[in-house]
Amino acid sequence: MALTNQYMQEKLQEKFGDLVSNFEESYGLLSFEATAANNLKVLQFLYDEPSLQFQFLTDLCGVNFPDDAGREISVVYHLHNLTENIRLRFKIFVPVAAPDVFTSCNLFSSANWMERETYDFYGVNFVGHPNLKRILNVDEMDYFPLRKEYPLEDQTRIDKDDEMFGRG
Amino acid sequence: MSRPVRFNTTPILATTADAVGAIEAPPGFTGDGFFTAQLSTVVGLARKNSIWPLPFATSCCGIEFMATMGSHYDLSRFGSERVGFSPRQCDLLMVMGTIAKKMGPVLRQVYLQMAEPRWVIAIGACASSGGIFDTYSVLQGIDQVIPVDVYVPGCPPRPEAILDGFMKIQDLVGEESIRRRHSEQYKTLLNSYGIQ
Repeated sequence: MALTNQYMQEKLQEKFGDLVSNFEESYGLLSFEATAANNLKVLQFLYDEPSLQFQFLTDLCGVNFPDDAGREISVVYHLHNLTENIRLRFKIFVPVAAPDVFTSCNLFSSANWMERETYDFYGVNFVGHPNLKRILNVDEMDYFPLRKEYPLEDQTRIDKDDEMFGRG
Repeated sequence: MSRPVRFNTTPILATTADAVGAIEAPPGFTGDGFFTAQLSTVVGLARKNSIWPLPFATSCCGIEFMATMGSHYDLSRFGSERVGFSPRQCDLLMVMGTIAKKMGPVLRQVYLQMAEPRWVIAIGACASSGGIFDTYSVLQGIDQVIPVDVYVPGCPPRPEAILDGFMKIQDLVGEESIRRRHSEQYKTLLNSYGIQ
């Protein structure tokens, strides 16, 4: 039996009820949302359920929606069922004031570096991560550069020479 | 149809009269079997025509440098055919390409490992000012971490521009006082970069 988006949606709703929502299909890719507190339960269910078997974490990344109060930071998981070759997108949202998300390192070892990267650029605090520190940027950096909190040309920066850019 | 074969029926005899460059002797007094000159000019003459470059190439300007080292532009005409890949042996640090902030300490380490006297040339917009990378991850010019002697503009600069910058370095090297590296001014400059 081929695994269909409809079947996946029914399975998830049957198991989690109202905790999963906002199902949508874009270009045939099923995507849905769950509450942040239940992200591990959903991932574990998708991993263990014999008819789903989403056992490969393709990508884990952050998104910032600065205008969406209380849901500013999003973490997106791209999962892959390697036996059926079906992909799935799963999102959770947390407020920027307390961006705490349970780590998925224990389920997917590959999440270790991807969560560090997401922390590096968006400041998502992955609770339980074994080594949550910056991975790509300099260690001394005291901000999260991909948050949409800064003007495109930040006038407060002192590390660049305005004369070189015709702004002096 | 195969390509026609051309024969060089009238070979031009090679004239080497103008092809070999010779360096002018420094100003001084010539006598019967002796020659006196200022030590600094002789030292400068020797240094400027035997600069060992250390390429620090991180992106497209490095490709232009490879063309500069190649036979067409040929940096060895300036006495620099010996590119060293150990900072301890080299006189001139040629920084070509974007230097990310994470690369900054590495570049500084390489500079510190070079022995005095040492010169630095920043080749290309990125090394000189950060270039188009006006962003959080890129060092906005290598002169934020090490002192620079000559800047070559361009994105990337043509080999001719690199050669021109190199000749500017040669001028600096040739005219430098042999006491400059012990001067207070030089110490102040290095201290401003936190280098003892």
